Amino acid sequence: MAVVDPSVTAGAAKQPSLPPFLLKIASLAYTLGLTFLGLTAVTFIIGRVMPVDPVIAIVGDRASKETYEAVFFALGLDKPILVQYWIYITSVLRGDFGTSIMTARPVLTDILIFFPATLELATVGIIIGVVFGVPMGVLAAVNQGRLIDHFVRIVGLFGYSVPVFWFGMVSLLVFYARLDWFPGPGRIEVYYDGIVTQVTGVILIDSALQKEWTVFWNAAGHLVLPGIILGTFALAYVARMTRSFMLDQLSQEYVLTARVKGMSELAVIWRHAFRNVLIQLITIIGLTFASLLEGSVLTETVFAWPGIGQYITNSLFNSDMNAVIGGTMVVGMCFIGINMISDALYKIVDPRVR
Amino acid sequence: MTTNSGITRSWRSPVRRGALAAGMAMALAIGGNAAVAETPKDMLVMAKNINDIINLDPAEVFEFTGIEIIANVYDRVMTFEPDNLTKLVGGAVESYQISEDGKTITLQLRPGQKFHSGNPVTTEDIAFSLQRVIKLNKTPSFIFTQFGWDADNVDDSVQAVDDSTVKLSILSDLSASVALSALSSGVGSVVDKQLAMSHEEDGDLGHKWLQSNSAGSGPYILKNWKSNEIVTMEANPDFRGGAPTMKRVVMRHVPEAAAQRLLLEKGDVDMARNLTPDQAAGLAGNADIAVDSAGKSLVYYTAINSENDVLGNPKFQEAVRYLVDYEGMVGSFLKNQYKVHQSFWPSGFWASLEDTPFALDVDRAKSLLQEIDIPADFTLNIDTLNESPFQEIAQSIQQRLGEAGIKSEIVLSEGKTLWPKYRARKHDLIVAYWGPDYLDPHSNADSFAHNPDNRLEAQLGGKLAWRNAWSDDDINALTEKAAAALDTAEREQIYLDLQKRLQDSSPFVVMFQQNEQLARRANVQGFVNGPSSDLVFYRNTTK
Repeated sequence: MAVVDPSVTAGAAKQPSLPPFLLKIASLAYTLGLTFLGLTAVTFIIGRVMPVDPVIAIVGDRASKETYEAVFFALGLDKPILVQYWIYITSVLRGDFGTSIMTARPVLTDILIFFPATLELATVGIIIGVVFGVPMGVLAAVNQGRLIDHFVRIVGLFGYSVPVFWFGMVSLLVFYARLDWFPGPGRIEVYYDGIVTQVTGVILIDSALQKEWTVFWNAAGHLVLPGIILGTFALAYVARMTRSFMLDQLSQEYVLTARVKGMSELAVIWRHAFRNVLIQLITIIGLTFASLLEGSVLTETVFAWPGIGQYITNSLFNSDMNAVIGGTMVVGMCFIGINMISDALYKIVDPRVR
Repeated sequence: MTTNSGITRSWRSPVRRGALAAGMAMALAIGGNAAVAETPKDMLVMAKNINDIINLDPAEVFEFTGIEIIANVYDRVMTFEPDNLTKLVGGAVESYQISEDGKTITLQLRPGQKFHSGNPVTTEDIAFSLQRVIKLNKTPSFIFTQFGWDADNVDDSVQAVDDSTVKLSILSDLSASVALSALSSGVGSVVDKQLAMSHEEDGDLGHKWLQSNSAGSGPYILKNWKSNEIVTMEANPDFRGGAPTMKRVVMRHVPEAAAQRLLLEKGDVDMARNLTPDQAAGLAGNADIAVDSAGKSLVYYTAINSENDVLGNPKFQEAVRYLVDYEGMVGSFLKNQYKVHQSFWPSGFWASLEDTPFALDVDRAKSLLQEIDIPADFTLNIDTLNESPFQEIAQSIQQRLGEAGIKSEIVLSEGKTLWPKYRARKHDLIVAYWGPDYLDPHSNADSFAHNPDNRLEAQLGGKLAWRNAWSDDDINALTEKAAAALDTAEREQIYLDLQKRLQDSSPFVVMFQQNEQLARRANVQGFVNGPSSDLVFYRNTTK
């Protein structure tokens, strides 16, 4: 029978635990590491098992045997897939995501160019979605079954079911081509291209920083239509969910109690019921924002918007796997970042979570 | 109910009402500011899908839009001028001499030329440009390797003899006239050696830098390429042919045809380059817009994999020629954008065979098929691209095959999936397209007709004949003879014969030739939309 040294056990028991902030950092690093590893592994393997020849993607279908083989070996495709993955992952850890086939630039450089365009558009979309969606959802809930409720539900149904592609084209036809209210496709008129030096990549910010107000207003105008399209999608979801959360809260006993106590209806709705849906709402808004960041490819296509959605989609069609993996990691990072921000906001709006 | 009125009242407050009005006014103000009536007088703005540009180094570029750009940014050793797209003339060289045995071409430099950088164009630049194509070994290098050049011999084969002379030695049996045509392709672009080498990394001869920058002497200077967004070029005032009228040429990436049309109608672009037939038709009657049709060198064909016993039977292949509804397709979904063409070299060029002897004849096809022993459960796959008009063409062929008793299934794929399958000979029947790499019939003959080694391990995937497992010794010999012939009339006759023979018996059923429609503002004149991307010229455009 083994004899346990009591001093060892005692020592182990006295081992001081890590300070909470270090534990949080370790936990975050663990989550990030695991997510990145999972994302890269899945994307990398999908890229390799797809019935697509990455060499043909680079050299085209007319290349000679010699040219084909030169690229085949340069890509390391003669090595086992695990070795290829190892080489890739070690390069990524060194900050090298590889070079994009489509743009001949480092993937990281591409992301810094394309992502701000999407961020700018998605931010406008989520602002529209929240500013209009939340009040509409509340209004619908407190007027359940009435005209305004039906209206909000129809708007929600419209935003949900109308194809983005069709909605985009029709809005261009009406508000750009016929009514001349807003500018057409593109992020900025070609005459202004190159005037503003890229600092953040978000044209509104860069032009404001450089006091190029003509460029600023032109870029702002170009944001309106695609922003409304994305905003409508966000609005539909946010309004529907807000309505649902509010209906749930408005049927709770504490709401009845508040009304019995003689509180004004505004106070009952906004100070009591609404505050209790905030956590759920933050989650919904966060997820919607993340989906706008990665899922706006159709809007980007209709409005010729050079964003990350188009970049990843084109990369996928061109078997540009370095770009696909890089883009996917950015989207994954957005989800993680937005989740972290949501967590932080929970603590602000609900003291019980602290 | 108090709830309703409470909330509604809140929006009636003067502060909130003011905020709402201010927001609306701001939105309208933004809209009002942004409306632009027309593009500047000295700027040509095109709406085009430019997502095919993946690099702009002349030694590597092989995509339609990329080729078009370098055709306007670089001058080439040999070229076609915008006012005569059929006459091959000197570009960066003033003249050339061919030795009696046809094995040596001596080029005389055109004096007084300057690169965009201000450096003079020298014979060293010409030699460097041709040598780097071979040394970099990128896809279009096969255009020059057919001269017998390789990395070991190219320095000796391409020599700057003195300040005005470059000597090219052809080491293969290829005739000098084919070589001169090849020098008019993208790989014949003259690159500023001094500038390119100043950006050299790890012995790449400036390749990495040139992928997104330029070092040319053409009529336009590449100022900016933002992938999937914009290409901007500025006029080169020192171009040997004179400064172009348009000071700036801009290509805007607009992937959607409908969006291109709206931009054109509004006057925010001068030209829409990728309209669908219905979009183009919708512009009829608009006096501000003109729609031009330009014959392109792309031929659309069906190919049959001869490895299979049934498919490889010449009777089967002949039957398929009668199972294509050429006129029916051109009269419907291909209207105005394609014409019937049935030989591998496109019409409208030297040595084109204009005959179109085949028409839909299901009964004749049936009788041909009856002469073959086809198993009862025989089914074939029709592979093609998952885009228009390929899938519509495939559907039409499937329908006619069905009428003749042949069951088939359509397999739609992305190009990145389809081309590897085609190169691996894993198709049955494929609907695809082909365009020449340079304007000499050898370019297409070498692919459609020439297959010197039909073994699978030969991996001659660049040749369509090999991909379809078809090789004919007589045809091979004829193709080689045409490529080597020095007499122009003799060459022309051989190519006409070759086209006729492949029309009669081969796995290729050439069906159509593309007619590209381009819509422009009516005031835009002089834009040359030639038959290939090499022959699209901006420099004579006026507004």
